[in-house]
Amino acid sequence: MAAVATNPTAPSPARQRKERLDRGIKVRSEDIYALNSWRELTYLLAPRVFPVILVLLLGFSAPLYWQRVLLSTMVFGLLAISWDLLAQAGMVCLGQALFFGVGAYIAGILNHYFGLSPFVTIPLGALGGGVFCTLLLLPVLRLRGIYFAMVTLILPLMIERIIEATKIFGGTEGISGLDPLPHHALELFLIMAAFWIALFGFRRMMTSDYGLVLKGINDNDRAVMSAGLNIYRYKAQILFMAGATGAFAGAFMTHAYQFVGMPVFALDYSILPIASAAVGGLGTLAGPALGAFILVPLSELLRGFGGLRIVIYAVLLVVFTVGLPEGVFHFLRRKYTQFERWAEVSK
Amino acid sequence: MLTGYLIYGLINSVVLVLVALGFNLTFGISGVANFAFGALYVTAGFLAWIGLNTLSLPYWVSAPLAVLITAVLAGLLYRVVVLRVRGLVVSEVIATFGVGLALLELFRFLGFIGFEYTLPDAGDFSLSLLGVLVDSQRLLIVAMGAALTAFLWLFTRYTTTGRAFRAIAQDEHTALTLGINTERTATIAVAFGAGYAAIAALVILPLGTIAVNEGYNVLVNALAVCIVGGLGSTLGVIVASFLIGTAQTLTAAYLGTHWMMIVSLVAILLILLVRPSGLFGSHKQLEERI
Repeated sequence: MAAVATNPTAPSPARQRKERLDRGIKVRSEDIYALNSWRELTYLLAPRVFPVILVLLLGFSAPLYWQRVLLSTMVFGLLAISWDLLAQAGMVCLGQALFFGVGAYIAGILNHYFGLSPFVTIPLGALGGGVFCTLLLLPVLRLRGIYFAMVTLILPLMIERIIEATKIFGGTEGISGLDPLPHHALELFLIMAAFWIALFGFRRMMTSDYGLVLKGINDNDRAVMSAGLNIYRYKAQILFMAGATGAFAGAFMTHAYQFVGMPVFALDYSILPIASAAVGGLGTLAGPALGAFILVPLSELLRGFGGLRIVIYAVLLVVFTVGLPEGVFHFLRRKYTQFERWAEVSK
Repeated sequence: MLTGYLIYGLINSVVLVLVALGFNLTFGISGVANFAFGALYVTAGFLAWIGLNTLSLPYWVSAPLAVLITAVLAGLLYRVVVLRVRGLVVSEVIATFGVGLALLELFRFLGFIGFEYTLPDAGDFSLSLLGVLVDSQRLLIVAMGAALTAFLWLFTRYTTTGRAFRAIAQDEHTALTLGINTERTATIAVAFGAGYAAIAALVILPLGTIAVNEGYNVLVNALAVCIVGGLGSTLGVIVASFLIGTAQTLTAAYLGTHWMMIVSLVAILLILLVRPSGLFGSHKQLEERI
């Protein structure tokens, strides 16, 4: 009472604070005993299985046009996952188009000049793209933060210029008339499989000891070095993984559109993955993938605005980075695993 | 022939100096990443064009106004966007890059593309240097380059604000303890750098048209010069500009203009391999980079 008397103007909410606690079911389903109960098992599986089934149903029931949209959504989703994978190891890439474009060109060249089937060119494009990008970026792996970002920003622009200048691989015209994948359903199934494998596989990897080292490189690379680990080896490995994921997306897109040309190095492929990551929430892999599922269909709806699309991505990118750094995924996960309540502030 | 290339290489170098000075001031000297730099450069050009043609203002009103508005815009960019993510390097880069991208692509969307977007040049006067004709606009560029470099050098050494710029890059906390308002200083630094970009735009753009893609090229060139020269070093900017500028002109002359942009990348890669802190960089930057 004395406190109230001395400070009578203080409103009651000022003496309360919001606290967040884990939901009981989240705690109960954390260990092996979750297998005991259907409820807890459902709680665990629902956020993982439900999206897979939803996308599968939507994908195969939608009209052809929206199937294509879903296809490019997943391709951008793969790029976003690849971006986040790099970012989690402390490498901010402003030129995801590099991976995408290299994969696309490798698949296109193998198909056009050597007549290989898409089932050979796509894996080769992914692997070759990963190797090529890793070798290309090997000299700058020692760079951190802004400096790595700068170099990756410049690289796709440069490759675009080189292709334009030397007129190799079709020059500005590109290569068209490439072999498509045999069936639309197969195409869709393939990209879905790749998407979910990349998402769940890399997520699992990041929770392993190996992933811990990668996160360590992001947080404090000196500490990791002083633990006797060669961080450049880890960085090269993660670069290969991210590069191969991005290159796979590119190689797949080449055959889906039956065309490869200079637009594969365009800004869209660099900026949309970053925007997806910013909207979805960094550092979870699922967040950027979710971001792609928000942004790509949105941009399809905004198709009428044409060039304004990149402006919208850029504005969203800034708004989310500056104003809502948490992102959609973190928000959803918080709501799913925790509840909030007002608690009295003890004196 | 070679004398001609060398003289034009020299002029191209001064163009690079002009472009890189502002970026170096913001990023190198004050330590604030401003990836919207290229966009601000182009914005200044379009603002001057709008002032001259749409509002029919005289040049001596429109040009300073464009510089002023660009500087204020950059200051606002810092206050509204960068300040909220200050210290988170990645977010700084992404946010400023996003703003620059939005600006540039907005110009493209609004239809600012074409040959009618030119700024007036300095007139039909030309001078013969060693048998090579150099027009007045290029002479103006060289003069402006020298003047702005000298001004920046003096400013960062002999004025309180200029020394505060360097202080916040060296150690922000120590600067705070010495009574420097770091946020205000950084705002001024960003605005100042953008002002430099605007002046550079006003003297360089009359050589060609104001193109949206110029924004990306300017950013890449400025980055290249700053990385090669060593961040924060004005001497480094000058030396690196002369190296890259001459190399670019010779490349354009002997290999073709398409290869010009590749020079910047090769320069960046080489310097990062051989001497990561840049030609005139200090050891501290080395630690930040690798």
